[in-house]
Formats: sequence, C-alpha cells, structure tokens
Amino acid sequence: MSPQDFQTVVVVGNGMVGYKFCEKLLAKTKAFRVVVFGEEPRHAYDRVHLSEYFNGKSADDLSMSHLGWYREHNIDLHLGDPIMEINRTEKTIHSQKGVSLAYDYLVLATGSSAFVPDIPGVEKDGVFVYRTIEDLDLIQHYAKAARVGAVLGGGLLGLEAAKALIDLGMEETHVIEFAPRLMPRQIDSAGSAMLQSKLESLGLHVHLNKSTSSIAGGDTIKGLAFADDTSLEVDILVISAGIRPRDELAKLAGLETGTRGGIVVNEQMQTSDASIFAIGECALYDGMIYGLVAPGYEMAEVVAAQLCAGQRAFTGYDMSTKLKLIGVDVASFGDPFVTEPDSRSIVFEDSHKGIYKRINISNDGKYLLGGVLIGDADAYNLLLQTVNNNIVLPPNPEDLILGARGGEASAGAGVASLPDEALICSCEAVSKGDICSAVTDLSVMNVEGMKKCNKAGTGCGGCVPLVKDLINETLKANGTYIKNVVCEHFDYARQELFDLVKMHNIRTYDDTLDQLGKGDGCETCKPVVASILASLWNDVIVKQHTIQDSNDRYLANIQKGGSYSVVPRIPGGEITPDKLIVIGQVAKKYGLYTKITGGQRIDLFGAHLNDLPDIWEELIDAGFESGHAYGKALRTVKSCVGSTWCRFGLHDSVSFAIEVEERYRGIRAPHKIKGGVSGCVRECAEAQSKDFGIIATEKGWNLFVGGNGGSKPQHAQLLATDIDKETCVKYLDRYLMFYIKTADSLTRTATWLNKMEGGISYLKNVIINDSLGINAQLEAEMAALVNSYHCEWKEVVDNPELRKQFSHFVNAPKEKDPNVQFDTMREQVKAKEW
Amino acid sequence: MDTIVAAAVEWVFVCTTSDIPQNGGGCVKVGDEQIAVFNFSRRGEWYATQNLCPHKQQMVLSRGMIGSTGDTCEPKVACPFHKKTFSLLSGECLTGDDYELKTYPVKVEGDQVYIGIE
Repeated sequence: MSPQDFQTVVVVGNGMVGYKFCEKLLAKTKAFRVVVFGEEPRHAYDRVHLSEYFNGKSADDLSMSHLGWYREHNIDLHLGDPIMEINRTEKTIHSQKGVSLAYDYLVLATGSSAFVPDIPGVEKDGVFVYRTIEDLDLIQHYAKAARVGAVLGGGLLGLEAAKALIDLGMEETHVIEFAPRLMPRQIDSAGSAMLQSKLESLGLHVHLNKSTSSIAGGDTIKGLAFADDTSLEVDILVISAGIRPRDELAKLAGLETGTRGGIVVNEQMQTSDASIFAIGECALYDGMIYGLVAPGYEMAEVVAAQLCAGQRAFTGYDMSTKLKLIGVDVASFGDPFVTEPDSRSIVFEDSHKGIYKRINISNDGKYLLGGVLIGDADAYNLLLQTVNNNIVLPPNPEDLILGARGGEASAGAGVASLPDEALICSCEAVSKGDICSAVTDLSVMNVEGMKKCNKAGTGCGGCVPLVKDLINETLKANGTYIKNVVCEHFDYARQELFDLVKMHNIRTYDDTLDQLGKGDGCETCKPVVASILASLWNDVIVKQHTIQDSNDRYLANIQKGGSYSVVPRIPGGEITPDKLIVIGQVAKKYGLYTKITGGQRIDLFGAHLNDLPDIWEELIDAGFESGHAYGKALRTVKSCVGSTWCRFGLHDSVSFAIEVEERYRGIRAPHKIKGGVSGCVRECAEAQSKDFGIIATEKGWNLFVGGNGGSKPQHAQLLATDIDKETCVKYLDRYLMFYIKTADSLTRTATWLNKMEGGISYLKNVIINDSLGINAQLEAEMAALVNSYHCEWKEVVDNPELRKQFSHFVNAPKEKDPNVQFDTMREQVKAKEW
Repeated sequence: MDTIVAAAVEWVFVCTTSDIPQNGGGCVKVGDEQIAVFNFSRRGEWYATQNLCPHKQQMVLSRGMIGSTGDTCEPKVACPFHKKTFSLLSGECLTGDDYELKTYPVKVEGDQVYIGIE
C-alpha cells in the first residue's frame, strides 16, 4: 500500500482523550494516516492530576507522552493551531494557521471549557478559571500578591481548585457554593455534611446557599457581593462552576448538538454525520456529558475499534469515583443516592474522626447497589467490584464498611472472589483476567511491570492497590513465592520441609537431599536441614559436621583471625566461686581473652581449633557444659537476683530462670532463643526484650513472648497473666515448639509473630485455647527434646573419632594454624586486625 | 578424574582419603602453603584450592560448606566467615566479587590423595 492509499483520520483536540484515541488506534493498526490539531501550545497532559502542578510536578511530569512518540508513530501534530471550519461536503478542515486538509474520518475531541456564569465583573483582573496549565501559571503568578482566595463552585473541581489555592499559600481560602451542600452530584447530603466539617477543620471556609450577584472592585477584584446582601473581601477568585462542552465547531458545521451543549452521538460515537465522531467531554450520549476520564477513554476505544471494523458500542458508563480532596478521601460508587423503598442503606458515621460510610444494598440483602465513603475510602475498590460484578454479599454486609469485628477474620469479598471479567483498571479497561494472566504467562511480578505490560494503573491510579493485591495473590496461587522456598535445591518452605522430614523419618542430610531435593546442596539448605534434623531427633550434630553452619561445625564461635571462642553454660547467670576460678585457670592456661557477655555468662576468646577439645575437657571435668553460644538454639535465660536477696522481689526469679534454662538447653530452633525472668515489675532482667520473658506478679507470673533486642528492638507481648509456674512452663513448651515447627529459617520469634496472621490474639488462641488442637502433640514433642538432652561437647571429648575433627592440618594434626596471631590490649590478647 | 595439567606438575602426596570428611573439606600443609582439599563424595569428585579466603585474608576455606549451584551444578565452596562462594572448578567468585581462588589438580590413587603443584 503506498502512502496515498492510506485513509486519513483527523483528530481535533489533543487532550487526554484525543491522545488516548491515537494510542488506541495505533495499537490496533498502522493503516491510517493520523493528523492531530491541538489548540493548546502543549501536547496532551494529565488534567486529572493538574493540582499536582502546584506540589512541584512540572508540565513534563504531567505529560501523557513525549513529542518523540508522535514522530515515532508518524503522527502529524499541529499544536497551537485550532480547527476553524469543517467542510462536510468536501470532507475538508481548515485550521487557524491556514492548514487545509482532506479527511476520511474526523474525530472531535474538543473537550470542554470552564463554565463562567454571567456575573457582572467576571472580566476583572484576579478572576480565573481552572482548566489548563496556562490557567495555573496565571493563577500562580497572581497569587503571589494575594492573601485571601475564593473558589466559586463546591463541586469536585472547585474543591481541587481550593486545594491549589491552599498550596499557593493563601492565608484564607473560601469555597462558595450555590447549592445547599458540597459535591451534590457525587455524594449524599450526610456525606456532604461530613466532608464539609472535615474540610472546615482543615481551615477551609465553606459558604453554602450563596448566590454571587457581582464581583466588586475597579480593574482588579476586591470582593464578592451576594444576593443575600452579604459580601466577602477576596484578592483572587477561581471560577469552577462546571464545564461547558466545546461544541462551537460542530455547531458551525451543522452537526446536531444538545440544547444545553454537547455534540450528539450514537452508541458508535458517530455524530449526525457518519464520518465524524465525537469523544470525551464534548460528546453528548443519551442526554449526558461524561465529565470523567475513564468514560472518555472508553469512547476512544469504541471509535478506534469502529475504524478497524470492530464491533464495540458505548452504552453509558459507571461514574464511580474516588479522590483525595484536600487530604480527605471521598468516594462515590454505583448508585450512591438510591433510597427506600428501592433499597436499604447501612450507614456508619464517626464525626470524631470525620468518617462517613454508606452502602446501599438490595431489599433482599444479596447485592450491593452503591454507596458513599468520606474520610476513609480504603474499601472503595472492593466495594466497586462488588457492585459491578454483582457479587453476592456476605451475611453481615456491614463488615464491608466496618471491618471485621470481634477478632473474626475479614468478612468481605477478597480479590480472589472477583470474576475474571471484573474490570480492575477502568481508565485502561484492564480486567482481572488480564492482570492474572500477565503474572502467570508473562512473569510480571510487580505494579511497575504491570504498568509497562498493559497500562493498568497508569490512568487515575485509583486501582493500584487492587492491582498489587492481585499480583501478589496470583503469585501466591502459582506457588512462585520464591522467598519462602529454602533454596534452589529444595522447593519447600522450611515448615513444609520440617513436616516432610518428620513424616518420612529421615535422619541425615544426604537422605533428605535424595528424597526431597535436587542437586548437591549448598550453604543455605545444609544448615536449614541440619537444624530441622536437630529439632526433630536431637542427635549429636557433629556426627554430620560438614552440613553444619560455621560455628556449629566446631561447636564454637569462629572469630576474626580464625580462632574460636568458648562459652560454658552459666544457667540464670548464677555461678559458684570455684567455677569462676576454673574459668580463670582455663583462660590463663590457653591464653584466652575473657569478657562478660550480655547474657550473664563469660566468653573466652582466642582458642585455637586444636585446643577446643582440651579446653572443654577441663571445663566439663569442673562441672560445666556447653552453652550453645554457637548454635541457633536456646542461649541464656537472664535473671535478676529475685526474692532471695532483693527487698522488692516477689518470687525467686533466679531459681525459675535456672529451671527454664536447663529445660530448654541444647534445643535447636530456626534462630537463637533468649529468655529472661524478673522477680518484680521493675524488670531488671529486661525480660520483655527477649523471645520469652517471665515477670513475677503478686499472684504468680506474667508470660511475655516475641520480644527482641538487636537491630530492630521490640517489646514482647503479653501472652498470659498471673499464671503459676507449671502453667507457665506448659505454655512455654507449646510456644517454643510451635515456633520451632512453623517459623522460616533464621527468623526470630519477634518477626515470626509479626508476620503471623492474627498476631498475638491468634497465638493466644493456639497456645491457651488449643484452637488448632495440637497442644498435646506440641507438649509431647517438647518433652522428647527435653528428655534427649546431652552435652554435645561431652560427646566430643569422650569420642576420639569426633575429637579428630578438631585439627587445623589433616596431615599435621598437632600443628596449630600459624596464621592465628594476636596483639595485646589492656593486659589481654586481641585478634590481629583484618 | 580427568584433569588437563600443564607440563611441569609435581604430584605431592598430602593425605589419605579418610582424612577428608565426605562432602566436606580439610586443610593440608604443603611446605609452608595451606591448601584446602575437598572430598565431594556425592559426585565422586575431589578438588583443591588455596585455603585463604581472599575476602578478609582468613585461612578458613577448608572449613566451609560445599555444594553446587545453577543448571550446570557448578561445584562451589562457601567461606565460613561471610559466605562468599567460589567455584571449585575455576576458583572464580560466584557472589559477584572480583576475587579468584588458586585451584590445584587432585589425583587419588587407592586411598592416597595427591595434589599437583607447579
């Protein structure tokens, strides 16, 4: 086909809808020559977010595309050159700058202009409309010298304009509305009242039932006079009294227009001339002008489809909308006004927080018809979907606006319940099915990717949270939640692997890999499986020493320079003078640096690998045992001195700490576990910063769980109050075993609890009320671990084969690593710098 | 195992097969040099690299966990200090750093393990 064979489509108007038409047409076909005429000097920009121009967004930021886009698509773009005449007989157009052109199809996307009522004085300086970037530039310039601003019109655009005046630094901003309430087209009167009081509390002055009779002043505006003989002094006025369709060109060409403006179109968006279409705010369909961008885009789609011989019709459009007006959420969806006897309404009103919610439901209670949300519109997307897809309501539809109460799980319809046809992004006509298949088939993983893929969320942006939920839900459903999988060798989350190893009674890493994994393993899955095996069977871990993490492999903490540190257990921080002396003697003999740890014990640093078994032999002979400072296991249970010495102590916290520490010593978990026991509410043991904390009360003990120090400190949460010791231990057994079985690897109890759906109340239900019916099992499993306790260092010391593992050179077992070297500081050794 | 070795390689006996744990490593002393020897018994392969981790200059690689990665099951070792991983075949750092390990050919005859030193 040669260029002259192309049919010519001329688009009059380069606003959002005119631009969208070009985009949609060119996405379908390259078979047209497209010529665009725009009146404004700029190419199409996002008028919906115009007020962001005052928050630092530039004209470029608001732009719908770049100039290069028009070039790349061979679009002939004439800016600043409005069409003056259409000759329908010859099918030609003539522009202001003198361009004449023949067309095959003409698309009128001339939009609308601000309606300026005929009030004496509107011509004065300081009176503006709010429509284009040029208007904004003028307002911005004039506002510098203004103190008091007013907006004529309390509709959606008027409130946007008021926001702009506030942003420009007006000391006072007034909104003047002729009707008895704000936003009468979108929300009901109770909603208006709530919105008004919320806006007034933010400093906006609202005047209702005010008819402006004249604008006072000489050349420049000085004030407003009203029909009720009141007046208001203002320095700047922005008129936002509605829109007027730009139909003058159509009228001139003899096309049919409405009595109150607008170019009459049929379902195909055809005007009274079959080769001329009208779309957007200039089009009058079924007696209605659609003043929102989404229906405009739908009209553009209808025409683009027509030109490609497709079948698509415009049959009216949902005018639901959600906005943030001066920081207040406002949403209206479906039929917001329907009342009895045609429907029933559920209304929630909280004048303290400025929240108003109304939903209208069918008389049989099955379907949602529409509603209004003021102050909190989080539920908007799901409510809109519920209306549009005729989803049957849950038995307690009030939960949709009140949220689930009484600790029950959320009642509303989740994204999962939406049908595939559900329109998620109405601006770009993207359905749930489109989004889900982009995730499944095209591996789109996030909102940014989705925007690139099908433009979902690029229009008004209101659907972005829903798009995000859908992406995550679909990823989850597809099982591609990579984070949860152990590593490339095991396609299981830790919890699944734990259950499978138990079910198959697997005892070694190699068998686990052979039966449940693939490849040769790695430094991620080896310690995870090692920990699972230890938590399940409690065998001596160094029997499989090559799968243990760095510290577990040699039952000591590797330190800078390649030496190790040794921490004997000192339960509850209580130690006899004789044992203190032994620690001192051992440290001296092996040249070790000693330091008191944060967990009330003593760390001995600088041990050669070869010396570890000898050091431990001496410690064990003196009655010490391993402190598991190297393991993801119970570390210490810190205690205050308690009632045996302290004059405030209520109970014997030291004895309880020792009992608990000895109960759980050696038990391996997804991460380390620390505990604390305080003898009174002064909390000297800092038990609330531990994975479990026990604090004495007059009547017994309070048990706290899920606390953490470290990089993200958080207080533990109260699990049970005034319980006796036996109950406390029972709850601890269940809690710890539940954690060991279900947490992801390297997840502390605090993070585990933070991520738990339902949080502490869910955990309470499991641990105290046995809501899962697993408590007997948890207790039995814990008992098995407690009863199979062994000091793993004693096992090594007594076993020559295991001892052999602790040498640096396999071909010179007696030789120490010559690279381990020390400096001296404050009469002790320290590791040489890296 | 097949190893293509440049001409002047001296095969040095370093230890017996039972000295190196299965699917793990051990450190051998060759002159003043420390060499990490790995017994990848799961694959029936032996590897040897320098024992020094180039990241923080620590003589610890023989104490690291071994494993494999990727579609080709590239054998690797992870340093026990900061889990930098290195290919046992090429010595290349697999965790994105610009380090490289020296690797040595290994020969097993009976229960005798030899390392090829240039």
